Amino acid sequence: MTRRSLRSLPSLVFLTLAALASVFPLYFMVVSATNTSQDVLGSRLLPGGQLVDNLNKLLAAQDLGAAMWNSTLNAVGTTVLALLVCSIAGYGFEVFHSRNKDRLMGVLLLAMMIPFAATMIPLFRMFADFGLTSTTIAVILPAISVPFVILLFRQAARSFPHEIVEAARIDGLRELGIFLRIFIPTMRSTYAAAAVVIFMTAWNNFLWPKVILINEAFQTMPMLISNLTSGYVTDYGVLMLAVLLTSLPTMVLFLVLQRAFAQGITGAIK
Amino acid sequence: MSTQVTPVVSPDRHRDERPPSGRGFGSLGGRRSLTGWIFLLPAALLILVMNFWPMFQAFILSLQTGRGAQLSFAEPLWFNYERLLADQTFWMTLRTTLLYLVIQVPIMLAVALVLANILNNPRLRFKGMWRTAIFLPCAVSLVSYALVFRTMFATDGLVNDVLTGINLIDAPINWLGQTHTAQFVIIIGLLWRWTGYNMVFYLAGLQNIDHSTVEAAKVDGANAAKTFWYVTLPQLKPMILLTAIMSTNGTIQLFDESYNLTAGGPAYTSMSVSHYLYEVSFVQNPNFGYAAAISYVILVIVALLAAIQLKVGDKRD
Repeated sequence: MTRRSLRSLPSLVFLTLAALASVFPLYFMVVSATNTSQDVLGSRLLPGGQLVDNLNKLLAAQDLGAAMWNSTLNAVGTTVLALLVCSIAGYGFEVFHSRNKDRLMGVLLLAMMIPFAATMIPLFRMFADFGLTSTTIAVILPAISVPFVILLFRQAARSFPHEIVEAARIDGLRELGIFLRIFIPTMRSTYAAAAVVIFMTAWNNFLWPKVILINEAFQTMPMLISNLTSGYVTDYGVLMLAVLLTSLPTMVLFLVLQRAFAQGITGAIK
Repeated sequence: MSTQVTPVVSPDRHRDERPPSGRGFGSLGGRRSLTGWIFLLPAALLILVMNFWPMFQAFILSLQTGRGAQLSFAEPLWFNYERLLADQTFWMTLRTTLLYLVIQVPIMLAVALVLANILNNPRLRFKGMWRTAIFLPCAVSLVSYALVFRTMFATDGLVNDVLTGINLIDAPINWLGQTHTAQFVIIIGLLWRWTGYNMVFYLAGLQNIDHSTVEAAKVDGANAAKTFWYVTLPQLKPMILLTAIMSTNGTIQLFDESYNLTAGGPAYTSMSVSHYLYEVSFVQNPNFGYAAAISYVILVIVALLAAIQLKVGDKRD
């Protein structure tokens, strides 16, 4: 070993420990999904043959299909609407830039500092007044316009060549047409980044769906797994399988689009 | 709008020199400015109705008492806030939340910084693998990881098996059944879930650092630690400030872990203040007025801490 690599040995050890610690609980989750409850508590760390058994028990106890469908509907709905609303706003802030619009952006950014706790009860009452508890629209609506995502698109629009906008205007394209037919296709990577972040946030959201989705038929996956522990005896194998199923979509998304995700969470600040 | 003549915008697109498109372009610019406002309208309206309006409503609500929909203004108006001052459980959950904050956030940000710095080393091999591994916890929901940790820290679970196996403890620890160990497990969970997330921000920040400054420090004979402390760290300051504010904001609003990992127990001692708010709002005897008062205290704390951090962050220039 050279002196150089020797000196970085502590770094490498630290890195290895951090990586193992990060991955291990997820490994434990995956393995435990295939084991019996006793094996999970008995710290069996090898895959077992209980996967199908656990799945059958889970299906008998909970309406897994409904929860999966509800989560998918909520997350996809939120993603599509949030992308539309936030990207057109971010584009508008940058391309039609004016001092008053900057002021408005400043005010909207303040909304990022409002804790959800402080708006949750009035939001609940508002949706209840309109008879909208246990509806998809009530889950989605508060999550559509996110200042952070607007900022991300404003930042992206900044690198969108103004000459393109000018040329398109000369060609007689309407402003909305420029946005739809030129901006969106050009900014695909920004859309991907924002989509990953919005989808994962929406899929994982727990508190608001729990508050507003009173009817159990509308429960989402995070609500379902949370309910699994409310009985007297928890079947840990079944629980870990349900947790795995809840995590699978976001984990796959993460592993495939990790760069986009990283860009999505950091892209608004540059 | 489709019949436009050549626009009179200078081709020089330097942002600060670009004239606001709403001014000085006659009717064309005015119309275009209107289009711009229409583009902003849905987003702005939604934020108004879904964020600012409920925030205002919560304040009105915090001055009211009553059950369910039967609410009327309290006598005196600040009745709920008075009640808050005497509510031992509220203060306990607030103290617990602040404890999570002051222990977890500094450790997490320091570890994230160190990891980012190691990963930024050009000589490190398998960078993508390390990065993915450490970033991976962000892929699972808070409820999911809370339940995984709950399983691992069960009294007859994995962690106790390992600790007794290597003779570190004689008898299994009832992790989730005792105040301090339950709080400890929540802090460990938070560290696990969010360190990689913050590391990604530092990695992004490190990429924007002028590498010649680091080289210059090395030429001048500074060792790695000194270079990091005196050259790299100051340039990362805006990023550190941002992550500090985000983490503070997030920790004050902690709910999923408190609810799913420890269920606030034992006897409310590991419960976060947001979890207590949920209990007051929707569990035993729902009291929206009182809950709104609690939520306003959370709001004020978030605002205060952000203001303090911005102030401190500014001073260290």
